Amino acid sequence: MKWFRTYAIAYLVFLYAPIVLLPVFAFNDAKIIAFPLSGFSTKWFAELATIPALRDALVNSLIIAVSASVIATVLGVFAARASTRYEFPGKTGIMGLVMLPLVLPDIILAISLLALLLVIGIPLSLFTIVLGHVLICTPFSVAILNSAFLSLDRSLEEASIDLGETKASTFRLITLPLVLPGIISSLLISFTISLDEFVVAYFLQTSQPTLPVYIFGQFRYPAKVPVIMALGTLLVLSSILLLAVAEFFRRRGIKRQGGKDTGGFL
Amino acid sequence: MTSDPATKAIPKANPKAIIDLQNVQKYYGDYHALRGITTTIRQGEFFSLLGPSGCGKTTLLRTIAGFEEVSSGVLMIDGKNMEGVPANVRPTNMVFQSYAIFPHLTVAQNVGFGLRRDRLSQADLATRVGEALEMVGLKGYGDRAAHALSGGQRQRVALARALILKPKVLLLDEPLSALDKKMREQMQVELRRLQRQVGITFILVTHDQEEALIMSDRIAVMFEGGIAQLASPQQLYRRPVSRKVAEFIGVMNFLPASITGVNGDSADIDVAGLGRVSIPTEQCPGGIKVGAGSVGFRPEAVTILFEGDPSKGRTVNGTIDEVHYFGDMTYYEVDLAEVEKPVTISMRNLVGRKVLERGDKTVIAWEEGSLVGFN
Repeated sequence: MKWFRTYAIAYLVFLYAPIVLLPVFAFNDAKIIAFPLSGFSTKWFAELATIPALRDALVNSLIIAVSASVIATVLGVFAARASTRYEFPGKTGIMGLVMLPLVLPDIILAISLLALLLVIGIPLSLFTIVLGHVLICTPFSVAILNSAFLSLDRSLEEASIDLGETKASTFRLITLPLVLPGIISSLLISFTISLDEFVVAYFLQTSQPTLPVYIFGQFRYPAKVPVIMALGTLLVLSSILLLAVAEFFRRRGIKRQGGKDTGGFL
Repeated sequence: MTSDPATKAIPKANPKAIIDLQNVQKYYGDYHALRGITTTIRQGEFFSLLGPSGCGKTTLLRTIAGFEEVSSGVLMIDGKNMEGVPANVRPTNMVFQSYAIFPHLTVAQNVGFGLRRDRLSQADLATRVGEALEMVGLKGYGDRAAHALSGGQRQRVALARALILKPKVLLLDEPLSALDKKMREQMQVELRRLQRQVGITFILVTHDQEEALIMSDRIAVMFEGGIAQLASPQQLYRRPVSRKVAEFIGVMNFLPASITGVNGDSADIDVAGLGRVSIPTEQCPGGIKVGAGSVGFRPEAVTILFEGDPSKGRTVNGTIDEVHYFGDMTYYEVDLAEVEKPVTISMRNLVGRKVLERGDKTVIAWEEGSLVGFN
């Protein structure tokens, strides 16, 4: 028993020590990342606001993350609806292909995407990064929305049609409200994934870097490191917040339909 | 009268018929789910589709509702051919097995859902919803969240939601199967009363023979995609057309028999254990001809004679093989001479009548009128 406890503690320390270090040095009053700590300060956070390139990178990342999460979620709704409601030849294979990017290394995706874009002759831009992120986010959307559509009792849609509604109005009045928690959850998770995605954004980078690419670049300058620590702290906080909101909506969706909670991200 | 060949091809429905099925076939790929259903369902009756799972009863119900297309044949509702008519414009409404209560809406929003397209005023809508809820005994439940209801309450909401549209036909897909025994028995009575009150044709799908007998005006027993027998509950119980139907509806004892002669409207039959009998052919509803067959009787159709009981009809000696005591009733398994399997006989436990024990010798009184002959 004692060994299990030691193991569990070591496991958690290994997982979370790096993340805990972020705020520790972000609030440290020293330019050098080393112990002992020299004093409490919020100046690195204040400095964040004064860097225009950082703000541009953040705006780029937000544009990409919003676009990618919306597109991935729309594609996810189509795919999940098709896989849960219709039978078609090759369904298992097709759904497998849709989910494949989930297990493909990002670097493979990034290289092949870059090669493809160069071959076709599409210039690199924020739009091409959006494409790459859609590729990465869609499997997550499909997985989340699949479970939302699966927990939707098919007879609910039939009942609506039986009571005089058309297929279109049934989708609007019944299907959409009931899978809405899944849609919100998919949007938030895709947004988070896109926001901190590095490999694809780095390979497809242009003169307009995304936030992770910008941060990576700043590590060349030791003086900037504490500022990056402060930025990292904010990113971790917002990621946790987004995931918590996503999970809240997912659970509320299940509860609304009186279903049983089977898994999830948190 | 029209002589237009297009309308002539479809025979006119019986004026008292609300649903007319003519050779309705349904295929799912190679699977033949409905094998030529031809029947008429009358205006205002409580009609049950009874059969084991996979017999096609739910498919038939869903075909009437418009969720499944007929592969061939004609389905008429209220005199109109339903070919190409989608479910949302058919004059039918359905109570689903899962009730399909919209979980994100309140009880009142659920019940009023079908009235959305009528664009009633708020006051009219509230009145109609209130009436519907009162009819099913849920007065004052309108503001409740749908997901907070019990099983029985969900069932009532589903009923109110379907009946508020005043359909020509109400379709019920195993509506009581999710309820516990006590609730089920209560709802059987209530559904029957409700049907009489609103006068709408109810079509009930069930695999529970007791439920069908209690509630229905007529029952269609279905096996393997076809209707094996369509009859009133009493007729179905007393005069089943085949051993299969007889075995599905309650308990029936079968004795091996050989039919030695059929003359006019009576059949001469040699019955193992009972001897030679002559019964009217109307007691052989499935038809009878000379050859091997069997004779059946229900457990309550014969009587064990107790001391002092006057002997009536014919008698046969037996030995009690097993006793099943149910409080108000006792079911005896009785060995008869020349019969391999013991027969089941039920007796009411009247005051002063003792319960027999295993091994007791007994005399059984029976009449030819209680027998049903099968080939």
